[in-house]
Amino acid sequence: MATEKRDKEEEEVKTDDGSLKIKPRPIVQLGIFLVAHSPVFSVVFSAAGVLALLILPLLAKNTYISENALMPGSARSMLSNRDVSDGSKLVKDIKNYRLNHEGQGVEVQKLIGKYMSEMGAEVYYQKFHPEGNQFHPLHFFSGPDSYTLLDNVSCASYGVNVAGIIRAPRGDGKESIVLVTPYDFINGGDYEALSLGITGTLFSLLARVTWLSKDIIWLVADSRYGDYRPVAAWLTEYHSPSFKDSDLLKCGELNTADKFRRAGTMAAALVLKVDGRSERFEDTLSIYAEASNGQMPNLDLINVVNYLAVHRQGFYVKVEKVVSLLSSSWLKIIGEIFEAVGKLAHTLNPDWNFGIPTADYLEGSATLASSLYSQALGIPTGPHGAFRDYQVDAITLKVSPRFPPDSKTRQHDFFLRGAKLLEGTIRSVNNLLEKFHQSFFLYLLTSPSKFISVGVYMIAFALLVASLPMVAASLYIDGCKALNNSTLNPAGNFKSWKWLDAAKQVFALHLFGLIVTLLPYFICQVPGQHSPSNRSIMWGTTSSSLLLITFATIPGCSPFSSRRHGTNWAVLKSVTISAAFIGLCLMSIINFATAEIGALLLVPTCLIVQPIKPALRSRRIKSLLGAFCSMVLLTIGFPVMLFAISKGLFGEGLVGLSLGGEFWTWLESLWAWKSATYLYIGMVHLPCWLLCLCILFHPS
Amino acid sequence: MACLVRSWIPLLFLQSFLVAIAFGSNEGEEFSEELLLKPLPDRKVLAHFHFENRAPPSNSHGRNHHLFPKAISQLVQKFRVKEMELSFTQGRWNHEHWGGFDPLSSMNAKPVGVELWAVFDVPQSQVDISWKNLTHALSGLFCASINFLESSTSYAAPTWGFGTNSDKLRYGSLPREAVCTENLTPWLKLLPCRDKDGISALMNRPSVYRGFYHSQRLHLSTVESGQEGLGSGIVLEQTLTVVIQPETTSVETNMQPSWSLSSLFGRKVVGSCVLAKSSNVYLQLEGRLGHESKNVDTEIEAHKLWMNSDFDLSLKPDRVIRESSSLLFIFDIDKSSDSEPFDLGLTWKLPSKWSCEQAPLHASRFLMGSGNERGAIAILLKATESQEKLSGRNLTTDGRCTIKANIFQIFPWYIKVYYHTLQIFVDQQQKTDSEVLKKINVSPSTDKVSSGMLEMMLELPCEVKSAAISIEYDKGFLHIDEYPPDANQGFDIPSALISFPSHHASLDFQEELSKSPLLSSFKEKSLVRSYTEVLLVPLTTPDFSMPYNVITITCTIFALYFGSLLNVLRRRIGEEERFLKSQGKKRGGLKQLLSRLTAKIRGRPIEAPSSESPAAESSFLSSKLIFKIILVAGAAAAWQYFSTDK
Repeated sequence: MATEKRDKEEEEVKTDDGSLKIKPRPIVQLGIFLVAHSPVFSVVFSAAGVLALLILPLLAKNTYISENALMPGSARSMLSNRDVSDGSKLVKDIKNYRLNHEGQGVEVQKLIGKYMSEMGAEVYYQKFHPEGNQFHPLHFFSGPDSYTLLDNVSCASYGVNVAGIIRAPRGDGKESIVLVTPYDFINGGDYEALSLGITGTLFSLLARVTWLSKDIIWLVADSRYGDYRPVAAWLTEYHSPSFKDSDLLKCGELNTADKFRRAGTMAAALVLKVDGRSERFEDTLSIYAEASNGQMPNLDLINVVNYLAVHRQGFYVKVEKVVSLLSSSWLKIIGEIFEAVGKLAHTLNPDWNFGIPTADYLEGSATLASSLYSQALGIPTGPHGAFRDYQVDAITLKVSPRFPPDSKTRQHDFFLRGAKLLEGTIRSVNNLLEKFHQSFFLYLLTSPSKFISVGVYMIAFALLVASLPMVAASLYIDGCKALNNSTLNPAGNFKSWKWLDAAKQVFALHLFGLIVTLLPYFICQVPGQHSPSNRSIMWGTTSSSLLLITFATIPGCSPFSSRRHGTNWAVLKSVTISAAFIGLCLMSIINFATAEIGALLLVPTCLIVQPIKPALRSRRIKSLLGAFCSMVLLTIGFPVMLFAISKGLFGEGLVGLSLGGEFWTWLESLWAWKSATYLYIGMVHLPCWLLCLCILFHPS
Repeated sequence: MACLVRSWIPLLFLQSFLVAIAFGSNEGEEFSEELLLKPLPDRKVLAHFHFENRAPPSNSHGRNHHLFPKAISQLVQKFRVKEMELSFTQGRWNHEHWGGFDPLSSMNAKPVGVELWAVFDVPQSQVDISWKNLTHALSGLFCASINFLESSTSYAAPTWGFGTNSDKLRYGSLPREAVCTENLTPWLKLLPCRDKDGISALMNRPSVYRGFYHSQRLHLSTVESGQEGLGSGIVLEQTLTVVIQPETTSVETNMQPSWSLSSLFGRKVVGSCVLAKSSNVYLQLEGRLGHESKNVDTEIEAHKLWMNSDFDLSLKPDRVIRESSSLLFIFDIDKSSDSEPFDLGLTWKLPSKWSCEQAPLHASRFLMGSGNERGAIAILLKATESQEKLSGRNLTTDGRCTIKANIFQIFPWYIKVYYHTLQIFVDQQQKTDSEVLKKINVSPSTDKVSSGMLEMMLELPCEVKSAAISIEYDKGFLHIDEYPPDANQGFDIPSALISFPSHHASLDFQEELSKSPLLSSFKEKSLVRSYTEVLLVPLTTPDFSMPYNVITITCTIFALYFGSLLNVLRRRIGEEERFLKSQGKKRGGLKQLLSRLTAKIRGRPIEAPSSESPAAESSFLSSKLIFKIILVAGAAAAWQYFSTDK
């Protein structure tokens, strides 16, 4: 090494003395080198990016409790049979009442309210309107609505939540923990009532314990209009009440005006649901954590629940996974390869233990894919999503018992264990002096006890995206050369402004993307009832006519324009790739998972796309193959196609004709949840896809 | 406004002091101990200990006190304290169940943590200095971090909203202060018998701190003698209010629990403190019981008062005093002794239910909004049941019936309040300021220098159901070393004080008053006031565990910035290009030279094949770089392999 260095010095001295040549600095050298060999490197980097994504399950770490104050499971449970019998009695009362009475009244709510106040809690009822948030382009990134539109409310449909607050005996009332049990008071099944039993049992205990330092709020959400809406309505009332007079308060016989009570800043929230019978031998606990735009609760909250459920109460804990991936053969082959490589590495050095069995790999990948998908979609996976809007860490626990709902003896045990799990979790959160901040907020789960932190999973994205600026630079250089050769009048050709024509086109198409993104808002304003498929047709026709107008009005935009106006395709591709790069990087800040999946689709398309005409003319196998690949990628890249494929992947069959309608409904759900994925599709993916299409049909 | 000016000092004290001076008695120091017990509607029992120590005016500074604690008298003399109150509280006063319209609750329902206010008898310019010194002295005296109130960001100077009109008043509170036995012990040391004898012997630490609410209070006031040459007398009032849940064995939920002093505190009273002038125990029974037994005079009837079908008292009261809505049993504990300890017990025979009198409006306060940027504070006033009874008393000049409510609130400087966003809603209708706001006084905060203060007087119609006040704020940023420990918990906004200047609470005894200081203070009209909850505001907090990352990133950015800046300033691209062009002609020789050099390097390590394909040779730059990378990677792999294998 030392000799090499000396040689280098010698070299520099010589060059300086002999010819005064200034050697480019190493970083510039490297840049030039990368740009010069961009085809090779772009392939290497993209492949490495995909590979890095595939080996993520191998790199997953075991979760650990980061905050010492949590101390899960260190205190002995104080639940007694008396509490369980209280809970069972509540469930029995509700069932009996529901059997004997029919109707829309609020009697069941009052029954629960009575139970709560007997326990010594402060009880109140809250009415809400089932109409949720509507799409408004200007309110996209704004926080939760402060003033809900309740001016012209009809009393025909409204829900009633019940909430009870246990004040911590010696607490200062600054903080609170929220328990939510969604329950449909009209049509709720037997399983749903069990969640009330578990929480009722727990509530009976919490009302008499002395260790509470945070107040406990139990919200029984009226899930007649979905799980999410009642919780969101309650949170809105909690955090940003409108002090003005509302018609809703006058509906029905129940007067809820000025009865709303609060209990300080929320430290954490747990949503408990019981549904269906477990397929396994044990009771199953599913954890749902994804909130809007891929936001996750603090990992410690999941850890505490997972630790208590597995090590104390013997639940089988799972997180959602993509079931179809478990049986896919290609993933299995990859898993076997990784297993073999892992074994080989282990024989070379016993310290290298990164290999995992194929089955684990499959499980991990399926969970990871689901985790990525849920985060990328940006739609909360349960009522806990409403809490994240107020910076409250929350998760949904879905418990499936292994017995039928009418089994009395099993029910007792089930209540006890469920309540013990919640008691332990609440006790841990109660121990917290500070809010959750120690553990990760940016992570992907590969199993309930394994996670990948942001530092690891961003490598895959970085590798995928890294090739884009390189290719853009090299294409720009190529394009400039080509232009210099072809242009007849060098006087009118400013050297550094060659990208301007291409940029105009890129900008025009991005503008078009923005308009297309905002169009649904105006389509929704069209009077009259329209089916989703009609609306999607309206949207499609307006968008395509707009596209034609764009091509017609802005010269040089269209792929079909005459060659004299058209820009050099290399420069156009270079600018397109730059725009895609910027879009993906911006998106990675807002929602990483969306950017990751978007990069997987967009990067190969952008890299591979080339004008199809020369390829066809040349009839060489290589160029024909390239053209075919770009055609395939572009077909897949069309958002509607993408939607259909993802539907097929997740096991929901293709419906063919109603696809447009379904796509519309899907998009509607995206913007209703204020998902940034919608903006990404409209403002980054669609324009880049169109630009790639332009390049494909470029007349060069 | 006259009602607001009302002083805390009962006139009675002044009278008695004047009498004492007139007699020329040097033994004017008096100490009295009293305990008031009161069953609460929600099956709990309130115990209110009241100790009063009086030092008459004296004419010499070096006077020896017989009973009066020297620490306090020195404090008063040194800092010229005219009036002062210090309270340590844990738990929340339940206004709905424990009452809000009696002298006991309006004086002893205190905000969580430490609250201190003091009026000084010094020139205006020295008030702040005296306050700062006082906080430090008290901090040492009571083993609490009262010295944090020294900082000008934590206290305020209320003008009229607090209830005491004085420009030499300072007020501060520490909501996060944890109150425990270390604060009680120095407080007990001020008593002549400490907790060794008399009523204070009941203060068993575990039972006191097991309670749902406890508030220890120290109130001192100076009484001017009015004579030349004489100093001022001091009245020291120490109270401890505890709410305890008696342990019950009965399963019946509507039955009030029976209790005795020994079951509540685990101790009994064995005789009074010999230094006390009077030591009494009172039992106050509220509500239905009081009404039922009106106009009973005969001995048998009186006996029925304490031993009837509803409840039994284990001891015969020395006296029974009737109040408008309650009964007061008085016990003198002088008679008790070791052999016959005083252990008052109350046994309920029938379920009974009553409710406490509540303040005209129930106040609650909460935060609105989300995110780390801005928010709003809302104060909600709701009418209580007792409001109908109270209304009608306060007719204004134009015949309208109104309730006046004063709101006094301190905002820490990092809560940047926009006072123009103040909105007032009465019964869900937005009102303009002029309609309901009678008076307002705002002193905005200065960043890192002083806290903000808001005093307002609302005039609400009597039939009001609810009133809401909201005010918006921005969350400020703190410097990294201004964060307290456990910064991620959030920051506290101290309690707001809601007082009702036109309502006064007092117990209206029908019989002539005894000499008891506790009862006479109850008879005095006191301002009805209630404190709201403490609020917790989450502020943006830096990640304190990552200074290394921050330093690294900052240094990288600085290096990149200055590096490129220097490059731009120093290098001349045009010149360089010209040079390069001129060198282009000589390129053949140079290339030869460089290739020779690379061959030299390549020869050094292991027998690498000297013959390379001409294709790789063609791009000299790449082959060299690839070679270097391979070399480094190989060395790293070898090192890794050999180092870990051992």
